[in-house]
Amino acid sequence: MGFENFGTVSFTAEAKAADFITYLEAGKVMATRCRKCGVSYFPPRMDCPRCLSSDVEWFEIKGDGKLISYTVVNYGPTGFENDAPYILALGEFDGGVQIFACLSRDIEQKDIQIGMGLVVSPVKLPDNRIAYEFKKG
Amino acid sequence: MEDVAIAGAGQSVFSRKCGVSIRELCFEAFKEAMEGLDITGDDIDASIICSAPEYDKQRSPAGLISEYLELTPKPSFYVETVCSSSSTGLRVAWSLVKAGLHRVVAVIGFQKMSELTSREAAERMGRGGDIIWESPFGLTMPAGYAMYARAHMAKYGTTEEQLAKVRVKNSHYGASNPKATYRKELSLDEILGSEVVTSPLKKFDCCANADGSSCIIVARGDVAKGITDVPIWIIGLGAATDTMTMSGRESLTGLRCAQEAGKQAYQMAGIGAQDIDVAEVHDCFTISEILAYEDLGFAKPGEGVGLIEEKQTYADGKMPVNVDGGLLSKGHPIGATGGSQIRTIVHQLRGQATEAQVKGAEIGLVHNIGGIGQYGNVTILRR
Ligand SMILES: [Zn+2]
Repeated sequence: MGFENFGTVSFTAEAKAADFITYLEAGKVMATRCRKCGVSYFPPRMDCPRCLSSDVEWFEIKGDGKLISYTVVNYGPTGFENDAPYILALGEFDGGVQIFACLSRDIEQKDIQIGMGLVVSPVKLPDNRIAYEFKKG
Repeated sequence: MEDVAIAGAGQSVFSRKCGVSIRELCFEAFKEAMEGLDITGDDIDASIICSAPEYDKQRSPAGLISEYLELTPKPSFYVETVCSSSSTGLRVAWSLVKAGLHRVVAVIGFQKMSELTSREAAERMGRGGDIIWESPFGLTMPAGYAMYARAHMAKYGTTEEQLAKVRVKNSHYGASNPKATYRKELSLDEILGSEVVTSPLKKFDCCANADGSSCIIVARGDVAKGITDVPIWIIGLGAATDTMTMSGRESLTGLRCAQEAGKQAYQMAGIGAQDIDVAEVHDCFTISEILAYEDLGFAKPGEGVGLIEEKQTYADGKMPVNVDGGLLSKGHPIGATGGSQIRTIVHQLRGQATEAQVKGAEIGLVHNIGGIGQYGNVTILRR
């Protein structure tokens, strides 16, 4: 299985990084690390352009992150008409790993603060789709 | 090696719906650029066609447009960096002329966005992000810039009212630009009261999709002198990139691609920000103009809002910016935008600006950004 059911609307399915989805189904949000030079990647990459190695390992993104920025989108593009309003956000996690995702609908807009604590976790969407989202840390 | 100049610059009227085909749209800009030059289409050695794909059904538009303008059998090809495509086209044209391969090159930018509904256009723009990792969350251009705005506000205390003042200025100048989509002055209250598109950006913080074309005739210095009375010299070029993903960005309080491109252009021109007499910056959103002030060194990081508060970026201020109305008034026909910005600076340096002439302007700057800060282009021109 690839990225065909990832997010609200997916645009392509095949990728060497498709194991990401298998981990996501199992409840884990994963990044990759180059075994040769130690650089870590999110979004995960299966190839390291720095040392030209494709020997990478998966590791789980755990712990608290913090909110870098966000926006409440009131006008979604094609395929997102029924999603709006939704909140896009950028979070920073351990080791400087940054993740782009939606803020959970459980978080009220008045409670959102730049710098607030976040955790990232898988979320099931309608029609058997899956993504990850930020919850309060 | 010979210097390179702009001999002619033109654009179509920018509008929500042009009602003509893309080839006819391009003719309008070509006509304005060529009028008054002592050459015909036969003297153009190559054409570079610039637009973002997937707005109209035509594949490989370079062939179509070079035929309609009778530029065949000379070489023609397509370049693309979304919203900065025609600045990239100018960079390629400069290289071709500087290298001695061609004497005169036409850079033609166009976009006919009215072929799509605005939701479809937003979807195309969303796919201008990383389609595996970020587009599936519903990323749009305004949303990306809104995240920059929110981060800038959090770090520097920038307010929505300060952002709105950018639109107040640009709508003031746009009102007298006969080529602009929006020719109406907007008040601070109208802007602040407009509906929220993607917080904190409201409808009037955003430029509109538009149809339009632009054309720049680039020539070897000696040739330019022979075909126009006032060649405008290309003295600085900068180009840079940043990550496709939002998650790869080092900071959301400035555009690294613009900072880097600006540095290169200043260095090539041998000047600094203080030497710029007039600038066109990529105000796709009000926040984008504030970021540009800071990324180009017109103000220190976090102090860009001071320029708009003190009206220093009005035509009679210290650093006039977007005194043709900017993208916010003109509209943003993606592939045509950079060429339109260059045309405005050419007019300013020739003392022919119709909206608001900056007195004695000798050096001008164009800042043209592709995507949500993926591609940065800065061009410096001198009379
Ligand atoms: Zn490596």
